[in-house]
Amino acid sequence: MATINDILERPREAEGVPPPSKLHDWLVTVDHKRLGILYIATSLAFLAVAGLQAALMRAQLAFPNGKVLSPEVFNRLLTVHGTAMVFLVGMPFFAGMANYLVPLMIGARDMAFPRLNAFGYWIYLFGGLLLYFSYIAGEGLAGHGTAPDVGWFAYAPLTERAFSRGTSTDYWILSIVLSGIGSTASAINVIATVISMRCKRMTLGRMPLFVWLLLVVSGMVIFALPPLTAAQIMLLLDRYLGAHFFDTQAGGSAILWQHFFWIFGHPEVYILMLPGFACASEIIPVFSRKPMFGRAAMIGATIAIGLLGVSVWAHHMFSVGMAATSNIFFAVSTMLVGVPTGIKIFNWLATMYGGKIRFGTPMMFCVAFLFQFLIAGLTGIMLAVAPLNWQLTDSYFVVAHFHYVLFGALLFTLFGAIYYWFPKVTGRMLSERLGKWHFWLVLIGFHMTFDPLHFAGMLGMPRRIYTYAAGRGWEGVNLLASIGVIFQIAGVACLVWNIVRSARHGAQAGKDPWDAWTLEWSTSSPPPEYNFAVLPEVRSSRPLWDLKHPEDPDWKYE
Amino acid sequence: MWCLWTAVAFGQGDHPVGNIFNPQATPAESIAHLSVLVLSVCGAIFLIVGGLLAFTLVRFRDRGNDGHEPAQVYGSNRIEVAWTVIPFLIVFVLSMATARVVIAIQNKAVPPHALQVTVIGHQWWWEIRYPELAIVTANELHIPVSSLAKPAPAFLKLQSADVAHSFWVPQLAGKTDLIPNRTNTMWIDPRQTGTFLGNCAEYCGTQHANMLLRVVVQPEAEFNSWVAAEKAIAVDSGAALFFSLSCVNCHAVSGTSATGTFGPDLSHLMSRATLGSGAIANTPETLRAWVKDPQAIKPGNLMPNMQLNVRELDAVVSYLSSLK
Amino acid sequence: MTSTIAINESPWNLPDRGRVGIVCLIATELALFTIFVVAYLFYIGKSISGPMPSQVLELPIWPSICLLSSSITVTIAARALAFEKLSTFRIWTGLTVLLGLEFLRQTAMEWRHLIVDCHLTIATNLFGTTFYSLVGLHASHVVFGLSLLSLTLGLGGKMQGQARRFELLAWYWHFVDAVWVVVFMVVYVAGR
Repeated sequence: MATINDILERPREAEGVPPPSKLHDWLVTVDHKRLGILYIATSLAFLAVAGLQAALMRAQLAFPNGKVLSPEVFNRLLTVHGTAMVFLVGMPFFAGMANYLVPLMIGARDMAFPRLNAFGYWIYLFGGLLLYFSYIAGEGLAGHGTAPDVGWFAYAPLTERAFSRGTSTDYWILSIVLSGIGSTASAINVIATVISMRCKRMTLGRMPLFVWLLLVVSGMVIFALPPLTAAQIMLLLDRYLGAHFFDTQAGGSAILWQHFFWIFGHPEVYILMLPGFACASEIIPVFSRKPMFGRAAMIGATIAIGLLGVSVWAHHMFSVGMAATSNIFFAVSTMLVGVPTGIKIFNWLATMYGGKIRFGTPMMFCVAFLFQFLIAGLTGIMLAVAPLNWQLTDSYFVVAHFHYVLFGALLFTLFGAIYYWFPKVTGRMLSERLGKWHFWLVLIGFHMTFDPLHFAGMLGMPRRIYTYAAGRGWEGVNLLASIGVIFQIAGVACLVWNIVRSARHGAQAGKDPWDAWTLEWSTSSPPPEYNFAVLPEVRSSRPLWDLKHPEDPDWKYE
Repeated sequence: MWCLWTAVAFGQGDHPVGNIFNPQATPAESIAHLSVLVLSVCGAIFLIVGGLLAFTLVRFRDRGNDGHEPAQVYGSNRIEVAWTVIPFLIVFVLSMATARVVIAIQNKAVPPHALQVTVIGHQWWWEIRYPELAIVTANELHIPVSSLAKPAPAFLKLQSADVAHSFWVPQLAGKTDLIPNRTNTMWIDPRQTGTFLGNCAEYCGTQHANMLLRVVVQPEAEFNSWVAAEKAIAVDSGAALFFSLSCVNCHAVSGTSATGTFGPDLSHLMSRATLGSGAIANTPETLRAWVKDPQAIKPGNLMPNMQLNVRELDAVVSYLSSLK
Repeated sequence: MTSTIAINESPWNLPDRGRVGIVCLIATELALFTIFVVAYLFYIGKSISGPMPSQVLELPIWPSICLLSSSITVTIAARALAFEKLSTFRIWTGLTVLLGLEFLRQTAMEWRHLIVDCHLTIATNLFGTTFYSLVGLHASHVVFGLSLLSLTLGLGGKMQGQARRFELLAWYWHFVDAVWVVVFMVVYVAGR
């Protein structure tokens, strides 16, 4: 006879219904945890593919007058690498983390719209596959181009029919529109979930910082993605119906594309980066054994970044010939948005200060993140100074800057998050030993590649060139940068091996292996499908701390 | 010296390395000065914050000697205010410095007799016109050297015939884009003679990498004789075969019936250091190789392989070699 | 698991997730329309050739009356459903759909006149490009809204108890009408 536990743990068997196949389960799931895993796994797969594309580019650039790749192949690689990393790795990472963790952290059973959630994932996957499908099916000018080759920001009028014949650019447009629909769906879901489904007494002020940051990211997605979609619809109308939005021959404006793109593009980089902050804001306090210093300031700084971040877009356009007043405005607004970002770094530092720092693998990645994000922010300030930007924009200095942000900061926190939450998701710990190998190899590789590229930019090397002549002063830095790739590949291989092995043979994690304080650690690992047997009620932002330390609970001080 | 020799031998001129911290002209100089302030500020921030971070990591690591949690500190309003105000002040200082240099560079008044040049970007070469001197050339911008005693800045109008490009010669000035349906302006006030190498800095298609730019800064006398040579009618005799082929559909040679504008003006081709906007050095062998099959040297560029036979190739190359 | 006993027993009420969702959808669509409006405004007067707005556009008074009154009818329908008066609901929803269809019919007639008589297409000039894209984007949202409204009619009795969901659709419909007000001002008033 089925007991209550049987029914809760394995309802179908208790009723005598045969379990469906595992694959079928995954294909039709609307469970936020499964969808979260699908998002993260798919984004990691695209990370590997796009990463290998970058490795090929670095092979071509290791030596002057490289003959590894033809210019056409190289230009396609740089376009697809950038497009995939932003839209198929970065955005889905946000969606995956949000979908898995937000309901758990706010004490809910699922997201607000589970079916919309599933729809968002599958349309993202389809969009991603469509981008890579272009390698097989796209057409260009007499063999010139299958996959898109217009750069990830696809400036007009290079993307107009006259200069971009065939369908390769159309694949770029369509795949992004589709995966953008998925991202918007996730954002709507997160906002509705956070506003409408928090457990009892979890006021907005008591939400984990992770949830706050993803709420702000979702708000930014709602407002920032449509400008890109609009611009892409306009481009499609130009290419297929003869419209003239960006057709300079008919009076259209190439600069309009740039404005629309960067009105999306700048908030986009915060959309990419803030989920990394979200992970760091959970890991750093736990591994320092102290609460986040200045929670209210962190929340305020995040909102400030979200609001200010929409006023800085033209710092990507300092060289297009805007008036001096415009250039000055955008330079100042860009430097201003550095203030709340700096405040965050100080707060993380203050969280660690006075604590008892444990250097588990998640924390090591977060510490590297702090140093690297500091440097990235400072090179960002250098780029905000418009005259200096006139030298450094569109050069390898910018490439180095944004890889410091997206790899050195975002990807490092992503790695840390994997080590931190893998035990919750699978019930098993990842190997610390392999984790440390992963960390050091990737750290060395990352710095070996991206530190020299700052100097390449300062020595005049522009972006997106498939080769360069000797005697320009670029040989040494490029060779060093290319060697770094080997270490990165080795490090990521350690991660993959770690995941594969630990999924089966890792140590049992239990509910709360890190002695943490947010609600996801109160349920089993992995959580049951319904998340919590009884929905919790909270009195502070660290409910588990209150339980573990009844003599010194948070709610006395918050 | 060897680097200089090879650089000159490969047609890269005597300033092949575009180091932005080695400016040879205003406005690159103004930018370099500003960068000293910016780098100092950023460097100081890095040392202070990074140092604090490193200190924290060492001083507060868990030594595992007791099982107690450390004091749970939730925040401090005073500290938050302090590290909000100080960054604001830094931003204020940097903004003032930025505004000053932006205005100095962008709003510079054009002196009445300044040299005016129009640069038009194409996929993948530079058309250079001197409207007041009635000269048209390609890929090499010649300007006279300037000095405090005798200032001779050059003012450039930047346009594009197709897609967006960008003019960047790091030792001379910051970059300014060439955007179709728009005219941008910039100026260069060079203090040093020599040939400065630059690149197109806005991705413009397949051969963006090989759209190099040469700015040749010459003493006034040399510049004037260059202008005179450019103005001279280029063509000699023996050009019949050249004119019967379709070269004239794309290329122009001053003083002849060749007035094509799609490709670079060839009037004084032999005066240029390179072919194909920096793709290869300009020597008799490379000239022949280019005319024979330009796609082998700069694949994807818009000059097709004209499938000339040996006789036609000989004639065309000998004619082009006469265009001094 | 519960933490310590709750101190106050005040009710814990959070906003309805459907409402939050539809507000987010409206916000994102608003951003989309804003970009098309910006493009329209940017290109006013910049057409190199071809018919100009003042030459070919006439104020669409009747279509606007239709569309804006459909906001009133859909509100009445929503209230009827909330009071479970199914037949009243169906009448007023039907009226909304008819008004929307008349709006679309007028749009189609206007476009036919522009294309055939005035030779203005999306490819003619910048005015044509921005006009057809902005008005067309709005019209596509009208079509989508009408499809959903027709669906509620088709569902018949199953709409009993779905007042909460119908309200969300009504909000969407109000948004579409509000956008029309902006399009009207920008295209037919300011642009001419």
